[in-house]
Amino acid sequence: MAYLDHAATTPMRPGAVSTMSAALLTLGNASSLHASGRRARRTVEESREAIADALGARPSEVIFTGGGTESDNLAVKGIFHARRAADPRRRRILASAVEHHAVLDAVQWLADHEGADVTWLPVDPTGRVHAEVLAEAIAEDPDAVALATVMWANNEIGTVNPVPDLARTAAAHGIPLHTDAVQAVGAVPVDFTASGANALTLTGHKVGGPAGVGVLLLDRQTSCTPLLHGGGQERDVRSGTLDVPAISALAVAVREAVGEQREQAARLAALRDDLVAAVRAAVPDAVLNGDGDGPATGPHPGRLPGLAHFTFPGCEGDSLLMLLDAKGIECSTGSACTAGVAQASHVLLAVGADPATARGSLRFSLGHTSTAEDIAAVREAIGPVVARARSAGLAGARRRGGRTLRTSAEV
Amino acid sequence: MRVLAAMSGGVDSAVAAARAVAAGHDVVGVHLALSAKPGTLRTGARGCCTIEDSRDARRAADLLGIPFYVWDFAERFREDVIDDFVAEYEAGRTPNPCMRCNERIKFEALLEKALALGFDAVCTGHYARIAPTADGAGVELRRAVDPDKDQSYVLASLRPDQLRHALFPVGDTRKPDIRAEAERQDLAVARKPDSHDICFIPDGDTRAFLDARVGNRSGDLVDDETGEVLGQHGGVHGFTVGQRKGLGLDRPSADGRPRYVLSLEPVSGTVRVGASERLAVTEIVADDAVWPTGRPLDGLVECVVQIRAHGGVAPAVAERDGDRVRIRLRDSVRGVAPGQVAVLYRPDADAGDLVLGAGRISATS
Repeated sequence: MAYLDHAATTPMRPGAVSTMSAALLTLGNASSLHASGRRARRTVEESREAIADALGARPSEVIFTGGGTESDNLAVKGIFHARRAADPRRRRILASAVEHHAVLDAVQWLADHEGADVTWLPVDPTGRVHAEVLAEAIAEDPDAVALATVMWANNEIGTVNPVPDLARTAAAHGIPLHTDAVQAVGAVPVDFTASGANALTLTGHKVGGPAGVGVLLLDRQTSCTPLLHGGGQERDVRSGTLDVPAISALAVAVREAVGEQREQAARLAALRDDLVAAVRAAVPDAVLNGDGDGPATGPHPGRLPGLAHFTFPGCEGDSLLMLLDAKGIECSTGSACTAGVAQASHVLLAVGADPATARGSLRFSLGHTSTAEDIAAVREAIGPVVARARSAGLAGARRRGGRTLRTSAEV
Repeated sequence: MRVLAAMSGGVDSAVAAARAVAAGHDVVGVHLALSAKPGTLRTGARGCCTIEDSRDARRAADLLGIPFYVWDFAERFREDVIDDFVAEYEAGRTPNPCMRCNERIKFEALLEKALALGFDAVCTGHYARIAPTADGAGVELRRAVDPDKDQSYVLASLRPDQLRHALFPVGDTRKPDIRAEAERQDLAVARKPDSHDICFIPDGDTRAFLDARVGNRSGDLVDDETGEVLGQHGGVHGFTVGQRKGLGLDRPSADGRPRYVLSLEPVSGTVRVGASERLAVTEIVADDAVWPTGRPLDGLVECVVQIRAHGGVAPAVAERDGDRVRIRLRDSVRGVAPGQVAVLYRPDADAGDLVLGAGRISATS
């Protein structure tokens, strides 16, 4: 099997598995005052310190959550509410048009239910939000802005945003910036303090930790109204008994992923370049989306090193996915599903693709377990698979050809 | 064979897929998403593409150990089935959307895609029997073993090239036995209720559905015998030939007998009503005839004709006339609406009635 969907979830690191397994056998509520409780709390605090250390944050800035979606919702809704409570004029949210649904839908919910006034920040053809675009949006009414939110790296096409520039631009008007760094942590250099962002989302299962645990890094100057009320854990911003085993595994995964980031980025960037070359050789008209040829390594990469997102003209993504799946190659159409109905990706629409073209897209994403064999599997399969999917796409386009019963005369 | 199993989330298509697997085929399950905004949960009558149906189909595929995908046919379904349904009613005809879905979605859009992707056949949970004809020109499409569940009618408008790639594994079994088979295999859908209504009108209120799309197109309700205008109506789309209820007449007819819709005139918006015997029809002309066996009717052919999905049959003599088929009924039949499909069968108690052909009713007399 060639697993090329690490942007969806990546295998847990053995160190995280062993740490979590051991912790599952350990008794203690981290809020309890007795010895077992203190032991649990110690594990949590050591994890907090490890995560803070790996990401250039202070331990007090680490808020444990139930995952990326919760962190995004907490940041967007919590900061919006706190900022508006402090000054009722602040109703504006500035958000990039290519955010993950966890941000996109949270912002839209505030617009629909809380009177938020949303400005969707346009992106350039590579999917990037420029600081000037943010500055222009702020300038329309700076005092009314509650927050800005721009993802660090895009989950579909992999484009990295200039978060330090964006944070500086927002900070000039005292506007907090949240960034969804779910795809960025471990893949590109992420330093919370140096970035100037006020809130940052990360999640366990994209870095080799477990799913169902995440972090919101939240600086001490930024108020955030809680979504979950209860025992007052996590600075009173996020109540709920802490999941000590998951948190301890998350810390191991973050430390390992960040620790080997430079070396993995170089390795994955080379594999990914091989993959792109193989696809282009087999399918000359495949379109590489995002900042495909930008730098993927170094201190300021323009894209995720292990991600390649293609559009295959004349194909439907679901055909491609099924045919590759049958050959043991697992990737993604990059589209959101609820009952399973694929929608044209808002990210591709934002970078200027038309809806029909957007349906014929595939995302290949590499991660810490990827090997040259995975790429070889794609090299072997992709040409025939695209040819077959294209003939199925043409079958769809022939649609009106067949004769069917139709009344011609009226009575 | 490589078989694509269309899995609605119901018991029939689940058992059909299971039987295809058991027969040794290489099976992939697909659930067709036919609505862009699926309902969150089933309410009352069962629709086709709720989240629950999609999940039920997925769970059946899990149990069978076959790959499963959801394919989006919502746009095609809207254009080819829902828009057509509305247009047909607007034109004063009575469409059968299930038939249309088989013609255009399951055995056209889906089948073409499946064949192009390397599959040999599409398998569904329809109750009908099918086998290639001896000469290979077409297929023998026959009624299912279970007369209560037989769906050969809604498959009869398919062309031979469509039917040749169809598998109906449950057609040789009675429904209670299909449910028992599902139970034995621990398929969770074993006790799921049958679907009855039009899947895209989950509340069953066809008239409200049409009103919302067609709007008010008022016209006269006319007594066909006297020419008297009896009242006004909201549009011909609200009526079907043979309909008695819901005419909105506030006074009885002169002779005190109930009145029925006799005909619909979409251009003028006139709905003609009259006594029940005036509905009687002895001749039917059906257009765009298809011949599943690959052999058009030759000469005058004794047969029985069925004009709606759950209707009875009437003895008749049919004759091909080019693209059309002319059907003379032995005894008169009431309530034959233009737009409905006339399906001709040759009775066969042993092997199941054979579908000879089908055509869409354009004229009656």
